[in-house]
Amino acid sequence: MFSPENLNKIEELRKRYPTTQALVLPALWMAQEEFGCISQETMMYIAGLLNVPFGHVLGVVTFYTMFQQEPVGKRHLEVCTNVSCYLRGSAEIVKRLKDRLGIEPGETTPDRMWTLSEVECMGSCGTAPMMAIGEEYFENLTPTKVDEILSSMK
Amino acid sequence: MEKVLLPEIKDYHKIDIYVAHGGYEALKKALSMKPVDVTEEVKKSNLRGRGGACFPTGLKWSFMPKETTKPKYICVNGDESEPGTFKDRQIFEFNPHLLIEGTLIAAYAMGVQNSYVYIRGEYGKWIRLLQKAIDDAYAKGFVGENILGSGFNTHITIHKGAGAYICGEESALMNSIEGERGYPRVKPPFPAQYGLWGCPTTINNVETISCVPLIIKNGAQWFAGIGAPKHPGPILVGVSGHVNKPGVYEMPTGVPLLEIINSYCGGVPEGKKIKAVIPGGSSTPILRGEQLEGVCMDADSLKAASSAVGTAGLMVMDEDTDMIKVITRITKFYYHESCGQCTPCREGTGWMFKILKRFEKGEGRMEEIDLLMDIANNIEGNTVCALGDAAAWPVQSMIRRFRDEFVKRVPEGQRATAETLA
Repeated sequence: MFSPENLNKIEELRKRYPTTQALVLPALWMAQEEFGCISQETMMYIAGLLNVPFGHVLGVVTFYTMFQQEPVGKRHLEVCTNVSCYLRGSAEIVKRLKDRLGIEPGETTPDRMWTLSEVECMGSCGTAPMMAIGEEYFENLTPTKVDEILSSMK
Repeated sequence: MEKVLLPEIKDYHKIDIYVAHGGYEALKKALSMKPVDVTEEVKKSNLRGRGGACFPTGLKWSFMPKETTKPKYICVNGDESEPGTFKDRQIFEFNPHLLIEGTLIAAYAMGVQNSYVYIRGEYGKWIRLLQKAIDDAYAKGFVGENILGSGFNTHITIHKGAGAYICGEESALMNSIEGERGYPRVKPPFPAQYGLWGCPTTINNVETISCVPLIIKNGAQWFAGIGAPKHPGPILVGVSGHVNKPGVYEMPTGVPLLEIINSYCGGVPEGKKIKAVIPGGSSTPILRGEQLEGVCMDADSLKAASSAVGTAGLMVMDEDTDMIKVITRITKFYYHESCGQCTPCREGTGWMFKILKRFEKGEGRMEEIDLLMDIANNIEGNTVCALGDAAAWPVQSMIRRFRDEFVKRVPEGQRATAETLA
């Protein structure tokens, strides 16, 4: 169940779109922010709330990379390895992250503190290499800077 | 040139500062004009879309039916996912009201009641910044019901994407707003006839829409006189890779690429040579460093050089760059982002990536260079949307312009055999 605040938001958004199906993405975002990830139960709930088939919601969740069906670590570290970041040394950044956290991209540390992902271009090419932790961008990275960021978040 | 898209004025993102510097005056002016005259003015300015296709904006607007019983819509495309592109983000952060004002003018010109700004999910911070600006504009009566007493009503809603490059393609973007998977639609019918929910829709890039208030305020003549005559106006060029000062630079269209690299961006670090550039985001064909003399950042000049202006995301590579690594990484991206709808793109991008990974490891086979070209040629033009082309062009251009680098990744013994056989 959504919080009353999110239910209000849904009601407000209904006025902006001619169909309830258009609210699937906004509702999934709210769910992910409120519950951390999007479980089958959550999808069922959203399907009922918006009167769309469960299969449709599942189809949307699996299509979009940013919707997580499994919980990620407390901090989700997403490091860009696309061309602009590659040219400015993203390989060294990935290596340092792997060494420090002891995990490969796509994995979560056993204490569930950190999840590491290699991601596609995040639109930070002029300040490459970069990584994002949650919504915050960390730019112009060096291995030393990575160390500082990780230490400051312990 | 005075900066107009990203003016150097402190706190310009705040509505009071924006208004104090003449913000929303263009909206007032537009509301006093006939809608059709607003479209005419944009047409005369020769503004062409900044999202990659360079389509004339005024012409696009004029495709919207004037007499219709259906509601009409605008989508502002802020998906900005083409690797090497990071300009719209600057507008969200530093000049959000210009974008809002442009959307309002476009809505008035086309008789639109609801506009959606589609922004990539990764831009959570910038979504919040733009939302704040929209809320402020609502509070001041610039957006909503009876705008500035004109009787004109229109709403702006941000729609957050969720990590799919394909949603920057206009018909996939519409499907995503409708709450579908981001599959591109077959065209025709074009969005102006059959867009969002089957209603007339216009999709414009963030930077394109942001040019509109400037045109209305300063006149079409003024805009048409900036930069390259056939592709005029200010343009945001995002420079990344091997330059001393990467970043987003506002300039008139038509500036030589070498001037952008050397004057705007302070040249290549350690005075190294330029081996190659990708001029307009990763899908645009690559150019060799020696080819750059006289090539300018505008649609026609880059077309003549067998590339494209794309999103003006200029990626610079110095003499030590491993081109095979670059093309493998680019291909991996398109493989990952292919929506899977069309076989040539879904399968072809994967095949190209598989072959390129072999070259990356130095295990390429001589005949695979032509095979790669063949796959790319069979993707290009054979898919519903332009993602297939976007995946094919970098591979084709890389083979054409850096064939020697592919040959070097074939084990030496096999290289000789293949050449003898040939």
